[in-house]
Amino acid sequence: MTTPLLSLRGLNKAYPGVVANDDVSLEIGRGEIHALLGENGAGKSTLVKMIYGLVKPDSGAMKFSGASFAPQDPRTARAGGVGMVFQHFSLFDALTVAENIALGMENAPAMSQLAARIREVSESYGLPLLPDRIVGDLSAGEQQRVEIIRCLLQDPKLLIMDEPTSVLTPQEVSILFETLNKLRSEGTAILYISHKLEEIRTLCDTATILRLGKVVGTCVPADTTARDMAEMMVGTTLKTPKRSGSEPGEVILKLDQLSLPPASAFGMPLREISLSLRKGEILGIGGVAGNGQDELLGSLSGETRASVGMIEYKSRDMADMGPNARRKIGLLSAPEERLGHAAAPDMSLIENAMLTGATREGLEKGGMLNWSAAGDFADRIIEAFDVRTPSAANAARSLSGGNLQKFVIGREVLQRPEVFVVNQPTWGVDASAAAAIRQALLDLAKSGAALIVISQDLDELMEISDRFAALNEGRLSQPRPAIGLTVEEIGLMLGGAHDLETAHV
Amino acid sequence: MIRFEKRPQPSRLSSLATPLLAVMATMVFGGFLFAVLGKDPVQSIVTIFWEPLFGEFAFYYRPQLLIKGAPLVLIAIGLALGFKAGVWNIGAEGQYIMGAIFGAGVGLAFYPTESFWVFPLMILAGAFGGWMWATIPAILKVKFGTNEILVSLMLVYVAEQFLASMSLGLLKNPEGFGFPGSRNLQQYASAHNTDIIAGSGMHWGVVAALIAVIFAYVLLARHRLGFAIRVTGEAPRAARFGGVNPSRLILFCLGISGMLAGLAGMFEVSGPAGQITIDFNVGYGFTAIIVAFLGRLHPIGIMFAGLLMALTYIGGDIAQSQLQLPAAAIQVFQGMLLFFLLAFDLLTNYRVRIGSSEFLT
Repeated sequence: MTTPLLSLRGLNKAYPGVVANDDVSLEIGRGEIHALLGENGAGKSTLVKMIYGLVKPDSGAMKFSGASFAPQDPRTARAGGVGMVFQHFSLFDALTVAENIALGMENAPAMSQLAARIREVSESYGLPLLPDRIVGDLSAGEQQRVEIIRCLLQDPKLLIMDEPTSVLTPQEVSILFETLNKLRSEGTAILYISHKLEEIRTLCDTATILRLGKVVGTCVPADTTARDMAEMMVGTTLKTPKRSGSEPGEVILKLDQLSLPPASAFGMPLREISLSLRKGEILGIGGVAGNGQDELLGSLSGETRASVGMIEYKSRDMADMGPNARRKIGLLSAPEERLGHAAAPDMSLIENAMLTGATREGLEKGGMLNWSAAGDFADRIIEAFDVRTPSAANAARSLSGGNLQKFVIGREVLQRPEVFVVNQPTWGVDASAAAAIRQALLDLAKSGAALIVISQDLDELMEISDRFAALNEGRLSQPRPAIGLTVEEIGLMLGGAHDLETAHV
Repeated sequence: MIRFEKRPQPSRLSSLATPLLAVMATMVFGGFLFAVLGKDPVQSIVTIFWEPLFGEFAFYYRPQLLIKGAPLVLIAIGLALGFKAGVWNIGAEGQYIMGAIFGAGVGLAFYPTESFWVFPLMILAGAFGGWMWATIPAILKVKFGTNEILVSLMLVYVAEQFLASMSLGLLKNPEGFGFPGSRNLQQYASAHNTDIIAGSGMHWGVVAALIAVIFAYVLLARHRLGFAIRVTGEAPRAARFGGVNPSRLILFCLGISGMLAGLAGMFEVSGPAGQITIDFNVGYGFTAIIVAFLGRLHPIGIMFAGLLMALTYIGGDIAQSQLQLPAAAIQVFQGMLLFFLLAFDLLTNYRVRIGSSEFLT
């Protein structure tokens, strides 16, 4: 029997008030792709941070290639042969690919040498990337390639990947999988964190499932159904959202050749977006992050103003209406970024309820604010959407991402929108809460509201939308009925593979 | 190893305790500074903080507390509204000067007509002068994205030149034997900002400062506009999403702080100072920045901070004359107060941990 590449024995890590990892043990062999599954807050991040030297375990032991392994910091972990690709990239938009990679290296070689190395690695792993391109001009998938190549240049024996496919199109995903398979055949082990169970079933050799900091099971993903894995993660049976199937009504929102210049140097313009939205329908808009999602939501919420004739709601032109004027007549929205955009981080939930609820919930009279009514409204949101918080007086930033998301969605849904535009409704929310949010969106549509759901989660869009369209480079494809769309068709709508080629295996 | 860990919620206790801690630290280190200068530290501190309130000549110094505190509070209230929204008006000194020139100018234009309407008109003119001067950086920021810190600060020096030109030219007292400076408004009954109760120091500027405190308190706690100010300071994108128009908010914040600074200048020139002179301004506009932060940008806090700052001014004067402390030492002492406040401020949002290091991303 061969010794495993990495073995963890009884790892514990507690933070004030919460045990993040409780007696966690697992083994990863050479050339194995090992999935790490769990809801938000299950302890996956803490676990990989311990392996990568970002966090020190309270007790327990790690062995790497048979030798005791206790990295003090990421540098020693990298030196020992552990690489990590984070979900959020740490790249400088204004620098080139090679400069960004050099910044992350301890002994960066001369720029020309490094560029040659980058070309060599990108060739052999099917990750085409020109070293002298400016990172700000790259797509999210290409930016991820920069991070991956940065790791591969260090020759890792173990590569940790945190939700790598959340920003990729289906075509980009399959190309990434080719790369990972090539790494596997060369003996590199991969620890793969993802929420996407189908992906894990196609890619991974084994899976370890965490719940509340404990290992609750391991399985061979190819032999286990996605539903079984999800139920192991959640610990209960999952409720699948029920679709209404009601007939859409009259057109309530119409976009006609909506175009907007980019807000910043690395922003995305909107280009001639046309669509009409009917009462009672859900239009799902897919697309890779940074293709105009924020801009589209901003133009509908009223944060940015389009020209006359571009946006028509209930036969009224929206050009000179600000966010509150739009709320008043029933056009509501919820942006993607919870902290700092949908909610003010350091303000209480009561104040955040006031932020968008003042007009429609009658929390304001002649400019004077009624805080006790806002408190009641906040309590109603907390109650109806099962927001876990000690009280409504807690600061928004003290809530976990999923709980704040429930609050943000609940705040708008309870205001009875007639058109509701939401960006990434279940981003970073655990499976059961995500199901609850999707159900709330479906119920809203059933009650006659029209919804635009912008998301990068294609499974989610297929589950709830009546029609589907894709945003790519600020352009919106022609919406098509969601039922019957294949993954390939969706992928092509999303803009294909961004000039990718597969690994030269 | 000492580390700072971000608190999930800002601590309310330390937010109240830090100003007190800062005052105490200032006393300790200020005392040390005075000791190095060869003075008795305890006696110096007592002179600064005790003499004006309870010393032998307290009957003279106590009214001074109101006279010096009122302009500080009035200006700081306006500044705090802007600071809360992330609008940094550093030029209150210039707006103070312009308020004084406009107020005095209107008063002198009516000289020697005696009428009840002269003083109210001067108040309006003073408010207008300050508002106008602050609206210059506001418009430049909204239209061209200039930095209001630089523009408002530079306009202080323009205002100072304007003040010099006025006291030597247009507003110069024709019966002043060639000395620079305007007529003394204390000798023009209709334009004189008198003590409401004789000898109390309680002039109309004190009343205005109190009204400003109450107004700002209600605005921030209960009004849509105050809420807009707070959200903008906390999270500008969230404010936009909540329907705040950033340009209008900038115009309002700079406008109102300029207006209050202008009022402070007008009450000063028509009351305690009496006339427009070259060296009319003594730095209230800059000291008010310290007052605003020392008072936690909270109206009630600013009221106490203004009085405390006035106390160090008066006590500092006494220490200069009785103990021969250099004026610069007093200014260092006042600067320390802001320094320690900002340093202790860390405790409101961070918790100190002593122990092994741990990296968190």
